[in-house]
Amino acid sequence: MRDFDYAAPTSVAEAVKLLQDHNGSARPMAGGTDLIDQVRVGRISPDLVVDIKKIAELNVLQIGSDGLHVGAAVPCYRLYHDAMIKDLYSALTDSASIIGGIQIQSRASIGGNLCNSGPAADSTPSLIALGAVAVIAGPQGNREVAVEDFCTGPGKNVLGRGEFLVELKFPARSANSGSAYQRFIPRNEMDIAVVGVGAAVQLDASGKNFVSARIALGAVAAKPLFAAEAGKLLAGQPVSVETIQKAAEAARAIATPIDDMRGTVEFRKHVTGVLVMRVVQQAVERALKTKSGNAP
Amino acid sequence: MSTVEKPASTPKYKVIGTRPIRHDGTDKVTGRAKYGADLRLTGMLSGVVLRSPHAHANIKSIDVSAAEALPGVRAIALCGDIPDAANKIAELGEGSVNLQHLRHNVLAENKVLYRGHAIAAVAADTIHIAEEACKLIKVEYELLPPVMTVLDAMKPDAPVLNADVKTNSLGEQTDKPSNIAKHFRFELGDIAKGFADAKVIVEREFHTATVHQGYIEPHNATAMWGQDGHVTVWCSTQGSFTVRQQVAELMHVPLGHVKVVPMEIGGGFGGKIAVYLEPVAAILSKKTGRPVKVLMNRADVFEGTGPTPGSYIKVKMGADANGKITAAEAYMAYEAGAFPGSPIGAGAMCVFACYDIPNGKIDGFDVCVNKPRTSAYRAPGATNAAMATETVIEEICEKLNMCPLDFRLKNAAKEGTRRIDGPVFPRVGMVESLEAIQNSEHWKTPLSGKNQGRGIASGFWFNCGLKSAATATVNGDGTVGLVEGSTDIGGSRTGLAMQFAEALGITVDQVVPTVADTDGVGYTDVTGGSRVTFATGWAVYEAALDISRQMCKRMAEEWEVPVDQVKYENGGVTGPDGKRLGFAEIAEKSVKHGEPIVGKGTVDPQCPGGAFATHCVDVEVDPETGKVHILRYTASQDVGTAIHPAYVEGQIQGGAVQGIGWGLNEEYFYDDKGTMRNSTFLDYRMPTCLDLPMIETILVEVPNPGHPYGVRGVGEVPIVPPPAALANAIYNAVGVRMQQLPMSPPRVMHELLKKNK
Repeated sequence: MRDFDYAAPTSVAEAVKLLQDHNGSARPMAGGTDLIDQVRVGRISPDLVVDIKKIAELNVLQIGSDGLHVGAAVPCYRLYHDAMIKDLYSALTDSASIIGGIQIQSRASIGGNLCNSGPAADSTPSLIALGAVAVIAGPQGNREVAVEDFCTGPGKNVLGRGEFLVELKFPARSANSGSAYQRFIPRNEMDIAVVGVGAAVQLDASGKNFVSARIALGAVAAKPLFAAEAGKLLAGQPVSVETIQKAAEAARAIATPIDDMRGTVEFRKHVTGVLVMRVVQQAVERALKTKSGNAP
Repeated sequence: MSTVEKPASTPKYKVIGTRPIRHDGTDKVTGRAKYGADLRLTGMLSGVVLRSPHAHANIKSIDVSAAEALPGVRAIALCGDIPDAANKIAELGEGSVNLQHLRHNVLAENKVLYRGHAIAAVAADTIHIAEEACKLIKVEYELLPPVMTVLDAMKPDAPVLNADVKTNSLGEQTDKPSNIAKHFRFELGDIAKGFADAKVIVEREFHTATVHQGYIEPHNATAMWGQDGHVTVWCSTQGSFTVRQQVAELMHVPLGHVKVVPMEIGGGFGGKIAVYLEPVAAILSKKTGRPVKVLMNRADVFEGTGPTPGSYIKVKMGADANGKITAAEAYMAYEAGAFPGSPIGAGAMCVFACYDIPNGKIDGFDVCVNKPRTSAYRAPGATNAAMATETVIEEICEKLNMCPLDFRLKNAAKEGTRRIDGPVFPRVGMVESLEAIQNSEHWKTPLSGKNQGRGIASGFWFNCGLKSAATATVNGDGTVGLVEGSTDIGGSRTGLAMQFAEALGITVDQVVPTVADTDGVGYTDVTGGSRVTFATGWAVYEAALDISRQMCKRMAEEWEVPVDQVKYENGGVTGPDGKRLGFAEIAEKSVKHGEPIVGKGTVDPQCPGGAFATHCVDVEVDPETGKVHILRYTASQDVGTAIHPAYVEGQIQGGAVQGIGWGLNEEYFYDDKGTMRNSTFLDYRMPTCLDLPMIETILVEVPNPGHPYGVRGVGEVPIVPPPAALANAIYNAVGVRMQQLPMSPPRVMHELLKKNK
């Protein structure tokens, strides 16, 4: 492991400057659970590690009528300990509670999980399903990117030189909405997703029909996928096994997994369909219990 | 725990069968126990090993000049620093090794045979400098095609790994280089007649994956080569004397000039017998004149140390209408890894050992492939074999419409049964292990849920005896310092202290057991073959008897009576006319006047007594994902005498869990370049406690007539039945026969999708 310098700026502007000055050899760090390991095994060798945990904006966790704001450095445990997030943004709670063990969850952030841009990241499908937007700071000021457009390949994303993630913004949720995330792993814990599916649904007041739905897939392509078509197939349709089955088939059709030590193409495509069925059904069950949202 | 306890009214022993706290327990739970990585010596350097990124390649050149020039680098070791070894075989107690192959495994000379093969090592002031220096070593390779499976390696046109390996075929030495190091055959009776007599014949092929022992503690070694030419090695090993021998033979140092200090060991399971880092640390210390410590990380352990072999096995068995096995035939090819020496011999001896089979034929092949040189792993070779036999038996039972437990009882090996490879069993407990399952609450409780199934399987392991030594010094306060040479992996210090205390009628707290270095205790073979509680147990028993004899002699002299009129009993010496003195009182006298009392025991026992186990497992299979959930697991085993029942249960539970991992998820996953893609515990999926129910154990005690306390080895056989038991349970749950390990969700799902098409 090569030596590196460490800086802990307290403002966004300071952090941008440090990253920019180092011309690509500086890396932002929140919990560090991915970064430190990558430095240790030599996958990356930064000259400077910029600890962004000391910046106030990156520790924001706010829920209100304008939606949910999650600072990029907020660790998982803060999310799953929040009852309102659990009720209204259940998929996010699902993800935050299965990333690593308790020690990891005490440090690892959802923002970091997104910026690490692993195809199998457990939170990204939930972010996409919940319609989250990434707020990015950089030399040219802030910009916003929908999470489904954030990752560009394994370990790759839209962040340019000097840029880093400040927060994730989620739209407000209405009554009769629900969301969920499930992954398939061969063991029962401490494992990496072979397939991950996040879904968020909005039902009508009767609870018998889908108004809209968003479905996202992890670990079945070079980056997390937004299964837009699958979601559209549910909109306006009755809640039934048959309609959800159609969405599952549409989701399966866009999966382009690989054979590797975690699973085969055949298995991943098959399980994508199985999980979409299970996750949409779970999101529906939750929607039926959601009597009010945070939308104005 | 459903342990069958002996009735309290008739206790045969005072100490044996109780569950005292282990002597090394406090230090281990408080973190004070010293492992190899904890060692800090004055002036110590850090060593790092450069490993091959390729599975199969010729080394054209190695340039270390840039690495040597890096400030802080003190020495670099290459294969040429180990004196050339003739093709000499070194006997290592349990198993043997060709020294030239061992030398080339420790540091490759002109060819790398697997990814992770060590090539060079750097000693530097810090581990970071040593790592940087490794990156500066330029190795020029000529890539060769990797050969990754036994079936590929056995093809006539397969690339050959070792030019000096030529097939020994049915006892005859051929002279053409080949990946097949050995082909042997066992035969009994008339195989053709046996199959002609069968009503049902089932023949199936099986593939099992390469798996690792997965011990928590990575390998480590620290060496100090003194100016007097004496070498001290501190390491994590299952056998300090075997490390001493390997280092001495490899480095051409007299045996007595090497001292090996065994540190505490964080698991071995057979994988810590061969040397890897010890000679490397020794060379680096010789070159620098300073102590050098070398540690592996997890990827090094997976890629560079002995896994247990993957295999191809074909088994054919026949049975008559009454369910009696008439014939059995096996073709077994085991991966040796880079150099010859797979456990195919043991696998072939175990494959049908649970049963009384009149006609049999077994062909075994030891095959080199571009994977790390395999080493022992808990009943080496037997688990692969049981996967085949025990699932074929299940199919025969289905065709005959017979209960698989009744079938096994009908065919079980017992006293007098001849194995196909020749030996005749003494008193063994195969029948009892089956009956224990038959009588268990588990077996009697029917399954009711959808997609649930139950499977059973049995297994056999020989166990071994070998040499052990112990000395015991009686202290003035009535305590005893018990010194032995078996490195303690499974609580053996306490298991030995208990046998020692039993023999002297003292308490286990009076005994202070210590594992000594090779200068501090008599020759002791490896901690392996489930032999320590058996053989070293016997050595401490002899040491105790020696003490009792010395105490008798002393008291006879003091009481002025003939020695044949005194007797050691109930923790003291008794003489005529009610004379009696307790152990502690004699101990107190012994330090005040007369000779000190020191007992000695040395043994080489010959009848370890084989071990048999039967496991029963209930599973529920998710029909949509192929994931296997274990609902309930019971393991019964003939354990001889359970010295410390909690440790015996622990051995059975640990073995069963390793077997479950082997059965369901563990495998070396290679890409087409021969690179292991899952050399971390994230992707090499051993079960965690969240994947398992409590493993219930039934200890069946059929005492071994070949041991003073009836001890049989217990540590290995519990890994043998699990994969087969799981395969049988999966079939009973969802109707697919799994013939490839691991039975991971993608594999089970593949079979389910095929079946439902």
